[in-house]
Amino acid sequence: MNSFTISFLRQLESESIHIMREVAAEFKNPVMLYSVGKDSSVMVRLAQKAFYPAKFPFPLMHIDTGNKFPEMYEFRDEFCQKIGARLIIERNEEWIAKGCHPLKTGVDKCCSYLKTGALLDAIRKHGFDAAFGGARREEEKSRAKERVFSLRDSFGQWDPKNQRPELWDIYNTRINEGETVRVFPLSNWTEQDIWEYIKLENIPIVPIYYARMRKVIISNGILIPVSSGAIGDNKKAKSVLCRFRSLGCMPCTGAIASAAITIDEIIGEVRSAKKSERENRVIDLTSDSSMEQKKKEGYF
Amino acid sequence: MQYGEKSLLRFTTTGSVDDGKSTLIGRLLYETKSIYDDQYAAIEKTSKRKGLKEVELAYLLDGLAAEREQGITIDVAHRYFETTKRKFIITDTPGHVQYTRNMVTGASKADCAIILIDARNGVLTQSKRHGFIISLLQIPHLIVAVNKMDLVNYAEDVFSRIVQEYENYSQKLDIHDIVFIPVSALKGDNVVEKSKKMPWYDGTTLLHCLENIHVAADRNLVDFRFPVQYVIRPHLDFRGFAGKIVSGTITPGEEVVILPSGNVTTIKSIMTYDGELQEAFASQSVVLTLSDEIDVSRGDMIVRKKNLPQIENSMEAIICWMDEQAMTINTPYIIKHTTKYAKASITKIVYKIDVDTLHRQPADTFLLNEIGRVEISTSAPIFFDSYKINHATGSFILIDPLTNNTVAAGMIRNAIRHIEDYTDDWADDGGKSKKSSNVIRRELNIELAQREKQNGHKACVLWFTGLSGSGKSTIAMEMERRLFAQKCNTVLLDGDNIRHGLCSDLGFSPADRKENIRRAGEVAKVFYEHSSIVLCTFISPFKKDREFVRFLFPQDRFVEIYMSCNLDECRKRDPNGLYKKAQSGLIKDFTGLSSPYEAPETPELIIDTESLPVEKSVDMIENYLISNSIISRKNIL
Repeated sequence: MNSFTISFLRQLESESIHIMREVAAEFKNPVMLYSVGKDSSVMVRLAQKAFYPAKFPFPLMHIDTGNKFPEMYEFRDEFCQKIGARLIIERNEEWIAKGCHPLKTGVDKCCSYLKTGALLDAIRKHGFDAAFGGARREEEKSRAKERVFSLRDSFGQWDPKNQRPELWDIYNTRINEGETVRVFPLSNWTEQDIWEYIKLENIPIVPIYYARMRKVIISNGILIPVSSGAIGDNKKAKSVLCRFRSLGCMPCTGAIASAAITIDEIIGEVRSAKKSERENRVIDLTSDSSMEQKKKEGYF
Repeated sequence: MQYGEKSLLRFTTTGSVDDGKSTLIGRLLYETKSIYDDQYAAIEKTSKRKGLKEVELAYLLDGLAAEREQGITIDVAHRYFETTKRKFIITDTPGHVQYTRNMVTGASKADCAIILIDARNGVLTQSKRHGFIISLLQIPHLIVAVNKMDLVNYAEDVFSRIVQEYENYSQKLDIHDIVFIPVSALKGDNVVEKSKKMPWYDGTTLLHCLENIHVAADRNLVDFRFPVQYVIRPHLDFRGFAGKIVSGTITPGEEVVILPSGNVTTIKSIMTYDGELQEAFASQSVVLTLSDEIDVSRGDMIVRKKNLPQIENSMEAIICWMDEQAMTINTPYIIKHTTKYAKASITKIVYKIDVDTLHRQPADTFLLNEIGRVEISTSAPIFFDSYKINHATGSFILIDPLTNNTVAAGMIRNAIRHIEDYTDDWADDGGKSKKSSNVIRRELNIELAQREKQNGHKACVLWFTGLSGSGKSTIAMEMERRLFAQKCNTVLLDGDNIRHGLCSDLGFSPADRKENIRRAGEVAKVFYEHSSIVLCTFISPFKKDREFVRFLFPQDRFVEIYMSCNLDECRKRDPNGLYKKAQSGLIKDFTGLSSPYEAPETPELIIDTESLPVEKSVDMIENYLISNSIISRKNIL
């Protein structure tokens, strides 16, 4: 590395910081969507960097379905308290009370009520005009098409055929009454970049990313943990050394067989992975366009 | 090499589906082991459903349902892969002319571009168009991949002919580094592995080329430019200016100047979350602190005192029109340039470029995807360099204030000067020194006194001055209505309206304000000479400028009316929402806030609009006109 060059991780970092500052400067009431996962952990660290020595000037918001892993709740509360962030928790209480669950209600419907619906309600309730999300283009093919500043209509919907041109580093932040934007500062990061950055920066993450013995049921090649409550019949369950590659709701997040108990081992695994990161996410598998469809309806 | 130390290359690919672009990208991803099994399985499933014999790699890239349906690329897609040497970000862009704006979007940040040419078809119009856009956007490196060599028997002469033809064409363009590679994306020749079928080719493979392009040298490390993004104030004792260094380098202790205020100070420290830096350079996001407590806000730019950008209200630029709605000339758009917004209008179309033939042609509008050269005026000075030497300070977007759409991408060529620099002090001689010695002044055809006699009243100028919101327009309009009812000849020159037309090329810097008032004064004079009572409503904050206008008229015919109203009250009224905008930083050089107002010392009339109702104010002016014999009671009867 000669002088006056920075590594690509620092380059990605600098670009993300630039994006966050644009949002803080130009929107009235931004919020950072915090899903407790590794990408959120990285996003929060970038926010801390962007506004240092001040605190980042927006709250974190967790859209809770009530179906997250217990370790995630524990981590969330401890982490937010430690960094002194303002945390907003929003849930679709009405549908949670009705017992909305992927097994009962169906995967797509459950997502639509507990995640998309709750998110749109929360954005309206708090009057947020911009919401940071940790989505990355590498994750999924319709995300690969989305802009960093993704304009949403008054129903939070994405119109993939009518996206604003996004040129250089000049972001058009002007919106009409009722519109909002989702901003994806991690757009150009890959799964491997995230892990390398977590290592480089020593960023705290939820412990279930690491492997340990878990009781699971193997269904369609996906390891479903017994503790998820997604499985009625526990007799077929067996103990497998596994970890979670990405985190979602318990009933819809499978584990992967893995022995990785350190960051370096996770990185090694990600590097040689044969399958994409969202392989274990049931919500993506319902059809070839399922993510695009969800985003059109207002999903993250 | 450590993972984090790899360098980054962004490249853009363009060509039509038939050129094998998706196959080429698929090949690059496949051979660098960047396609996951489940992703492959998904496109395999789709291919089968569509009844295709082979797996269509294009589906990997065409992420939207509409694209897979139609088998075309519509919008920019991003793909990521890496080798042991480098990380790559591919922005895959559509090649069809209908999607030119998407190609421009995808190419805007690229270090390198790959244009695909089908060896069987040779150089087509579209390959030329792609080269033209690459050259417009000043992408420093171009690779022309001549694909489907397997279908022309790997023949050297086919390749050479294409190279020859494209080189001839590219001489017309501004491209300095161009490499030609014969490939077969389908068979993998010269993509990652060197082909054994083309021994006559002694160049490198595509991947090798991508891995070794030297991009660090493309950056501008000379001109320090720091557009202020955000002011960080955790407590009263700390004020830091957050932003990204877009070009150049900086160290603590260096003397800098803040634009547009011109205040000079030194860099106290360069702060980051990870500690203070002893030097920072282009592409780093940092926080600068300054040695002196001076006013700096978002949209300002910190630069070195001896290396200033151009500071202008007008410029010449190449723009690509990106909106369905056609461009209209002299209409206010919004320009976003670095972190700064201003009003902007396109004052002139120099020419439109036929992107297929490169012919320049006259035009009076630009439609979607059209490209050409224009002149632009902005309401506030823009701090820029030409795009060629500095992409970050030479680029801008235009936004439609009604729809908020991004309607154009612009690349600045240079400044234009409509206005001469007035260095001499015109107030002393009434501007006479500006006159060309060859201009002869003709006498008025009909003398003013004769016209006045016919009209039954004298001509004069009522010059309303005061802060925005002080009541100038309200009272002048009411006054005009009253005079009109009395059969007087009147003209109302409204400061805002004049800025839309006659003075639309002017901003709000002191020099431009001066010119604005000079023109208004001259226009008022024309109407005055034709026996009108000319009501002029201009903030006209500078005493000198008002004095200049006063000198154009006989002493008793110029009535300066000072609308006295304190700033807080004006801010409360804020009839056009301008104070709000100015406070949020959208308007710079706003009189009363960031630009001074020099109240008249001895105006003919002072109207206290805070306490005086409109009706009473108008009475006051009317009485003045009567007692000075401009109008008579007769007019009223």
